[in-house]
Amino acid sequence: MTDWSGYLNLILQGAMVTVQLTVMGAALALVMAFVAGLGRLSRFVAIRCLATAYIEFFRGTSGFVQLFFAYFVLPLAGVTLTPLQAGVLVLGLNVGAYGAEVVRGAIRSIGREQYEACTALNLGRWQGMRHVILPQALLIMLPTFGNNAIELLKATSVVSLISLADLTFQAQVVRSQTGSTLMPFATILLIYFILALIIAWGVRTLERRLARGLDGVRV
Amino acid sequence: MDWDWNFVQEIMPTLIQGVKITILATVLGSILAAIVGLAIALARRSPHRLVSRSVGWFAEFIRGTPLLVQLYFIFYVLPDIGILLPPLVAGVIGLGLHYGTYTAEVYRAGIDNVPRGQWEAAKACNLGGRHTWTHIILPQAIPPMIPALANYFIAMFKETPLLSAITVLELMNQAKIVANSSYRYMEPMTLVGAFFLIISLCSVVLLRWLEHRYGKIER
Repeated sequence: MTDWSGYLNLILQGAMVTVQLTVMGAALALVMAFVAGLGRLSRFVAIRCLATAYIEFFRGTSGFVQLFFAYFVLPLAGVTLTPLQAGVLVLGLNVGAYGAEVVRGAIRSIGREQYEACTALNLGRWQGMRHVILPQALLIMLPTFGNNAIELLKATSVVSLISLADLTFQAQVVRSQTGSTLMPFATILLIYFILALIIAWGVRTLERRLARGLDGVRV
Repeated sequence: MDWDWNFVQEIMPTLIQGVKITILATVLGSILAAIVGLAIALARRSPHRLVSRSVGWFAEFIRGTPLLVQLYFIFYVLPDIGILLPPLVAGVIGLGLHYGTYTAEVYRAGIDNVPRGQWEAAKACNLGGRHTWTHIILPQAIPPMIPALANYFIAMFKETPLLSAITVLELMNQAKIVANSSYRYMEPMTLVGAFFLIISLCSVVLLRWLEHRYGKIER
């Protein structure tokens, strides 16, 4: 019988890398989602075009292909990235493109009367966005953001293919060292699922907190 | 490193071979996902709590874990219990099962959207369970879901590069083989990215048309 504790330790190390990637990727995705989402609603045609090009490009090409491109082709252009940097960059930009559409959709779904109220209160464009529109739109975005975060978590498994030692990579290591297949893969499936449940729970909690005091707002 | 058109011409036949497999995997995976999704959606409506609950949890689990790991599971673990699948078959099963859990939600929403009166009318016409489904409910439920289903099939198409990890010789794998043997990454990876981008942009047009044609729910 193989001693699993050493291998389990290896898998837990992989879990740390996966969590790290997910958190950093999500942070970048969140920033990009707001930048590109607000960019698509901009008054200026140039900014709108730029944001649309970014979104269509990253949604249109496969995330896996983007990762390989970033890791293998960008060095030829003089930009050398470590696997972790490439992973965070690609995951963040990719999921950010999906998130941008969520931001745009949520802001567009806020009724016209809210904008009129902003004008009536003599709020500027930015002030109105910051104090009136976004607090309401945020609540609409949250559930979809939660789903996107889970998609991001799942997408992190791909970085194992550019030799970053995440959960999936470590499972492959355990498989090649022990010859056992069920134990490593069943373990990491379970860990991924638990991480996904934690994200779902976190988003639900956040949603409840943000909804507090907003009676009558459609969630 | 410069772009070399002669090299592009040289590798084109190999990449086109890969494109064929990519498309084949997408089509077969879509068919399987459509069937699996319907089966899951129907099983979740089952009056037996045990069936509906366990299928619900199973679908939740599949949706919360990465496709790549599921592919590894099918490809590496199943042979241990005597089920040896060729890579393409394993890949199609993985894609079909994973996206089946997504399409199940589409079916669920579509079926829930059929007005209650239709169920009652079926009962009034003395139709049995099977006939109610095949003649009354599904013909009304399926057309409005076509755009949403197509959306998932396009998403699946963008995930097919993952099959390269289980040695399916699809586009990404052919590109990697070409890149590794010639030490030129720029052309193959860019071409793969361009291929996905072109197909995605075309599919946006197709989706718009599908939405126009089927998207409206008539009441």
